[in-house]
Amino acid sequence: MTPEIGEFALIIGLLLSVILAVVPMVGAATRNEMWMSFAKPLALGQFLFMIISFLCLGYAFATDDFSVVYVAQHSNSQMPIQFKLSAIWGGHEGSLLLWALILCGWTFAVSRFSKALPLDMLARVLSIMGMVGTGFISFLLITSSPFARYLPSYPADGADLNPLLQDFGLIVHPPMLYMGYVGFSVAFAFALAALLSGRMDAAWARWSRPWTNIAWSFLGLGITLGSWWAYYELGWGGWWFWDPVENASLMPWLVGTALVHSLAVTEKRGVFKSWTLLLAIFAFSLSLLGTFLVRSGVLTSVHAFASDPERGFFILMLLAITMGGSLTIYALKAPSVKSESSFSWLSREVLLLVNNVFLTVMAVTVLLGTLYPLLIDALGSGKISVGPPYFNAVFVPIMGTMSIAMGISIAVRWRETSQESVIKTLWLPAVVSLVIGLIFPFAYGGGFDFRVFLGMSVSLWVISTVVREFISKFRNATTIKTKLSQLSMSYYGMMVAHIGVAVTAIGITLVSTYSEERDMRMAKGDHVELAGYLFTFEGTKVVKGPNYMADQATIVITEDGQSVTTLHPEKRRYNVKRNMMTEADIDAGLFRDLYVALGEPLNNGEAWAVRVHYKPYVRWLWLGGILMSLGGLLTVFDKRYRKKKTRGRVANA
Amino acid sequence: MTPKRKKRLTIILGLVFGTSLIVGLVMFSLSENINLFYSTSQIANGEAPVGARIRAGGMVVDNSIKRSTDSLKVQFAITDYEKQVLVEFTGILPDLFREGQGIIAQGTMDANGVFQADEVLAKHDENYMPPEIAESMKKKQEAAQ
Repeated sequence: MTPEIGEFALIIGLLLSVILAVVPMVGAATRNEMWMSFAKPLALGQFLFMIISFLCLGYAFATDDFSVVYVAQHSNSQMPIQFKLSAIWGGHEGSLLLWALILCGWTFAVSRFSKALPLDMLARVLSIMGMVGTGFISFLLITSSPFARYLPSYPADGADLNPLLQDFGLIVHPPMLYMGYVGFSVAFAFALAALLSGRMDAAWARWSRPWTNIAWSFLGLGITLGSWWAYYELGWGGWWFWDPVENASLMPWLVGTALVHSLAVTEKRGVFKSWTLLLAIFAFSLSLLGTFLVRSGVLTSVHAFASDPERGFFILMLLAITMGGSLTIYALKAPSVKSESSFSWLSREVLLLVNNVFLTVMAVTVLLGTLYPLLIDALGSGKISVGPPYFNAVFVPIMGTMSIAMGISIAVRWRETSQESVIKTLWLPAVVSLVIGLIFPFAYGGGFDFRVFLGMSVSLWVISTVVREFISKFRNATTIKTKLSQLSMSYYGMMVAHIGVAVTAIGITLVSTYSEERDMRMAKGDHVELAGYLFTFEGTKVVKGPNYMADQATIVITEDGQSVTTLHPEKRRYNVKRNMMTEADIDAGLFRDLYVALGEPLNNGEAWAVRVHYKPYVRWLWLGGILMSLGGLLTVFDKRYRKKKTRGRVANA
Repeated sequence: MTPKRKKRLTIILGLVFGTSLIVGLVMFSLSENINLFYSTSQIANGEAPVGARIRAGGMVVDNSIKRSTDSLKVQFAITDYEKQVLVEFTGILPDLFREGQGIIAQGTMDANGVFQADEVLAKHDENYMPPEIAESMKKKQEAAQ
């Protein structure tokens, strides 16, 4: 019965979002306040029914209702409860339901927390989000309902979830990522509402900015978690593969990063307005493109679910309507946008423009590399794939140049700055970062390495300029404490995020230069030395998990005779589908990871193929990602957003 | 030239220069780093270039996996159900690698007609078949009918 309630709730949710898409929009066009005021309750209703639907699916998973096709295909009675529940989004239908649920959640949040918004603006924003909701909920109902049943007879037990997905990573990675993807729909809705109402002023940027920053932070967090998950779960220590689906999440993040910066300029200085609007449209369109790439299976990818051309076509249509519609409105309305102020060559505006150009170019090159195989295939010139070297060759130089500009932008003021003052502020950080960058490869790696020199110098440049600027704020301050509280949260957020970029860059530089890895055949008692650590293989034993059996190896690691740690990597065989799964074991540390994974048994279990890794500074990659997202979230707590809200509340009362 | 025009000219020149630099970089990297896909029939017919980095895909042939006893070297055959190609690889194979499973290997053809793989990919969904293999097998079936 519950699955039918879920399906029914989904249908009601669809009806509500259709009404939300139409009524407040018409109300805003005809200035009918009654119609516009329908937006808020509709957003609430839509969200409630999606929650009901989602809970029904969760209940089906929790109670092992294998008469539901989706549950039977993605769960099994032996699975631990936390994986049963996260299996809700372990496949196509359920992850789409999560997508739709989060979309309605964002819609509700906008309706709840935008008290300062004029009624017609709010009506338009919610209405546009209702349109997106209509598209996705009807997609769910028409092509991929998770509530379909096996009737009259159904399997006694479920087919089990892919073992790779039976992991903590599945619990956190997709929800975070979807929060980001879908969150850009808010920025998109704000942009379109601004275009439709013709109010593309600084106030619009101020409303849209906190939402965009939150979405961007979630997306960054989702990508970071995905990278970390792939690292420990796939068993060969890679943290980024330039897989089409990874690229699909990176592109909206890059455009989103550009948007976050461009919104700041629009809010503070009233320039780049039409550019900001365009970025908001593209950030969301790229999120949809990402969804299309994952769902349609047109590209070879580790993330591909068994695919269905009909679904791909549906999403392609949604994408075409979204982009076509929004760009048409943009083309009609954007020419009337006027800049409110001017600026000179050496100003923060120009440097932020440079940042935007770089980020957009990066997004375009990633897009090109990702879609190039599709393009060539469509032209009938053969099947190709574009390898990681392409992305590295294009991405790294652009990222490096952008980081240099990032350091300069810190020292530059709005509107105009004299060259002398910039040089005066920056010469010291420049010298410091170059010198340390030069010394580092000798001190750490024992010899000069050009890539390490460049990577470290650029990263230290970003950090030292931020620190220099921070210290200079205190030059005329009476007490440190008052100054600390005077600085805005946006400012702290910016600093944290920029340092995050540098931390990630340091991680990438060092882990890709100084990593060591060895694939070995090891019998009991064999040892191997790697980066000064001695790994001794002490054989395997059989252990029993809740729904798998595993060969668990014991590997003792020592350094100069001192015991460091003992690792227990496993080779699991899951009971239901007899799937093999490598479970690596990692001794994590801030400055290095020791990573051990089992390959396959050789000579009937007499020896094992073993892979050992030494990964210096690999944690910095994700630490930087977390810092960037944290920076994005900090800006949301800026006083000026709160003040606006209180004032709005008073006006409403 | 007025200062304003001079400024505009600099912007335009800068943009043109930057764009051509990036386009050049992209084109160069693309031309260096695309890997063509070959089916096993194409390879067996000698269509694949020797020494160039390519991708090959097919189903792992039953009972074709041979392991070396003292190293991680492994040899197996892949097929598109028409012709077979031998593949050699040293290292740890992915979990889902097994006989009858569709795989994609990256590497080069050597002079003896053996594919020397430096990377073997098996997808993580057992029902999933890489589109390249699915298509090349579909073509075979159509040709057979």
